[in-house]
Amino acid sequence: MSMAQALESTAPELRPVQLAVNGVSKRFGGVRAVEDISIGVRSGEIVSIIGPNGAGKTSLLNMISGFYQADTGNIVFQGTDITRRRASEIAAMGVARTFQNIALFNGLTVLDNIMLGRHVRMRSGVFASVVYWGLAQKEEIAHRERVEKLIDFLKLQDLRKQQTGALSYGLRKRVELGRALALDPKILLLDEPMGGMNQDEKEDMARYVLDVNEELGTTVILIEHDMGVVMDISHRIVVLDRGRKIAEGTAEAVQNNNDVISAYLGAGKL
Amino acid sequence: MTNAQTGTTLPRLLMRNAETMARRPAIREKTLGIWQSFTWAEYWENVRDFALGLAAHGFKRGDKLSVIGDNRPRLYWAQLAAQCLGGTAVPAFQDSIATELVYVLNHAEVSVIVAEDQEQIDKILSLKERLSKLTLLVFDDPRGMRRYDAPYLESFEAIQEAGRRFGAEHNGYVEAEIAKGTPDDVALLAYTSGTTGNPKGAMLSHANLLSAAEAFVKSEDLRPTDEWLCYLPMAWVGDALYSTVLSLLIGFACNCPESPETVQRDLRELGPTALLAPPRIWENMLTAVQVRAGDASFLKRLFFNYFRDLAEKAEIRRSEGQPLDPATHVGLALGEFFVYRPVRDQLGLPRARWAYTGGAPLGPDCFRFLRSFGINLKQIYGSTELSGLASLQPDGEANPNTVGRVCPGTEVRIDDNNEVLVRSDAVFKGYYKQPDATREAMTGDGWFRTGDAGFMDRQGHLVIIDRAKDAGKLADGTPFAPQFIENKLKFSPFIREAVAFGHDRPFVSALIAIDLVTVGNWAERRNLAYTNYQDLSSKPEVRQLIRDEIAKCNATLPPPAQVRRFMLLNKEFDADDNEVTRTRKIRRRFVTERYAAVIDAFYAGRNEVDLSTEITFEDGRKSTIKSTVAVNDVESPATARREPVYA
Repeated sequence: MSMAQALESTAPELRPVQLAVNGVSKRFGGVRAVEDISIGVRSGEIVSIIGPNGAGKTSLLNMISGFYQADTGNIVFQGTDITRRRASEIAAMGVARTFQNIALFNGLTVLDNIMLGRHVRMRSGVFASVVYWGLAQKEEIAHRERVEKLIDFLKLQDLRKQQTGALSYGLRKRVELGRALALDPKILLLDEPMGGMNQDEKEDMARYVLDVNEELGTTVILIEHDMGVVMDISHRIVVLDRGRKIAEGTAEAVQNNNDVISAYLGAGKL
Repeated sequence: MTNAQTGTTLPRLLMRNAETMARRPAIREKTLGIWQSFTWAEYWENVRDFALGLAAHGFKRGDKLSVIGDNRPRLYWAQLAAQCLGGTAVPAFQDSIATELVYVLNHAEVSVIVAEDQEQIDKILSLKERLSKLTLLVFDDPRGMRRYDAPYLESFEAIQEAGRRFGAEHNGYVEAEIAKGTPDDVALLAYTSGTTGNPKGAMLSHANLLSAAEAFVKSEDLRPTDEWLCYLPMAWVGDALYSTVLSLLIGFACNCPESPETVQRDLRELGPTALLAPPRIWENMLTAVQVRAGDASFLKRLFFNYFRDLAEKAEIRRSEGQPLDPATHVGLALGEFFVYRPVRDQLGLPRARWAYTGGAPLGPDCFRFLRSFGINLKQIYGSTELSGLASLQPDGEANPNTVGRVCPGTEVRIDDNNEVLVRSDAVFKGYYKQPDATREAMTGDGWFRTGDAGFMDRQGHLVIIDRAKDAGKLADGTPFAPQFIENKLKFSPFIREAVAFGHDRPFVSALIAIDLVTVGNWAERRNLAYTNYQDLSSKPEVRQLIRDEIAKCNATLPPPAQVRRFMLLNKEFDADDNEVTRTRKIRRRFVTERYAAVIDAFYAGRNEVDLSTEITFEDGRKSTIKSTVAVNDVESPATARREPVYA
């Protein structure tokens, strides 16, 4: 039995911790965006982070992916402390993300945008790439094959050569997911992948997130406002409020947690 | 070469091709953005291994195998594998709703189903308890299938792997089974939804199919180097005839598109050497050309319109057998360079030597337009029970009003009620398990009743007037041919579907389904906000647009046949709601029942009607749209404005 198979046959709650966030805090001037948060994410889990606006969800993702540096505490990814690493280094280690406001190159095609996600995996230098012969060509073909598999996976075949700027919002979100996956990530950070989508698009996206998790075995950390989606697809939910973690657990446990009900979901039940 | 084929079977033709054309491409599939080829030798190996796998799972002579999905090489292989073992292929429409699917699969006693992907597998698993004969379910695309653990569920590779093991112990098993097969075995059970009633399974033998294929080869130019695009539903007899039978007979390559959404792109990339398409596709092409032209800059539009008018006038003169003057010849040559060839290239037809429209009548205006642009479009006529072919138009005899010359080896007779009867070796062996229906469809001496009314013209072409039961008379006795009027209406890029009424009524009225894309773009240009189809179709501006379009169409119709009143549908016609067949022919009887309230309002002079429309989802759930829709009058043609088309 290979490692991957061995891992798979274990229930998610028994697998090793892949990403550990230990007592992390971040301040912007007088604003305490994140205060002393600790989370452990296991391999192959889907963990959702929920909370009202300004709870610190995106700031937390930004620290994991290296866009912000934590003031205190540390972040350990697969045994390596990544707290002070640059975003590009963290990406190369296998942490990919999508953005709340889509960050694609509008003038480029779907194919080129996803191909860009392979950039950190490319080895040929500028000179070799310009000559485009031998290794550089071979490498390009191998990367293109991987990208084509993702296009197939995300059912983007008919849009391959379309400029992303001309696509609908839902489709652009899907292309962005494709670009993140092109990194061959071990862990995927999704910042509101379903924001601004209609019901059909949300269901499609939820399906893709589940497929990524099940088919590719990728760990997923998800920020999402749509409670229906969050409750349906997450193994575990972390609730933040004003920079602090106020609850953590399964969908059921979180829904019945009194702090969560009063602080976030209002007086009534879901 | 073709005369020697009588007395053979499809699997034997495959073995022949694997020997004589081993390294030539037989079938391609676009995956990962690249056309992946399989040679005839590989085609045969794949069919053989799958057949062995089926044998290992107990598939016997006379068993039935069904395929469900888009055109995929493996689905074609699976059907041939069943035929190798003396079994019958039962292709099902991939968009069938649950009840239809259960009816067909049970009625045909299907024991093996090969499905394309998870979506189709889920559909079948949800019906499993009702499919008593099903013993093996095979999937082509493994995506998402890892968590399924039904014991009767296998991947295509697993079956082939089991087949290779079985083959190692049983040397020459498939070859021996093929040798046992006879041309009279039922190769294909083609279910026709028909425009009325429950689907019926037409039994077509190897001999039936090959006889239709040979008749085609004798009438039309087919070459082993041809490239064919397999994009029509696999359950349609036309696809079986071309993508399997003719390909096996001639040896040309079939090409499976990447996905249903990419067909247009793949068509252009491939540039097939011949194309068969139902009227719907040709109408869409026409709309696309009109839209692009309307969207072009002023100068380009001027150019396009000038050369279009020139080409259409020349085409009319040509079809009347009149000579063209030299100036027109020069104009057409210029037009070929600047307009016609680029348009053909955009449509993916620069290499097409011929193209056929069949399955339903195509409007003469659309036909003439495409021909005038240099597309060798011709009509073909056939039906499932005739293995898909009865007559076609030879080069130089294209005519929008006929369906061409009766094929060699085929006889046609017109009976006293004007019904077209056909007799040939391609006529089916009867409906499966429905002897009554078979007796009704056949005369005692082997003639098949097509149900179409028609006559032979002086040129010797068969002319189909209408479905025999559709043609009628207005209250004052004027003949009324609904399809003729509907095709005129559908020439408008804004009208997607139309159904005309008028039998025993004082005037003609019509139900209209707007084209969401063109009307949607038209609305956007006018800053007219809308949310969905229902909303768009209820806009007064859209009603006025369609009213003008109908008025334009009325100008080309004799006064009694002009459409006086119309209503815009709040949803498109859908096969799931029984309004059209899976090949998109209007099911007039169902539409008449469903919209009885509207038809009453047409003739009672009311201006509004409460309509509740039931919608059936693909999983069988139903929901109802309730709305009040406006019934509209059409003014005289003089007031009509010309509306530019945009994309």
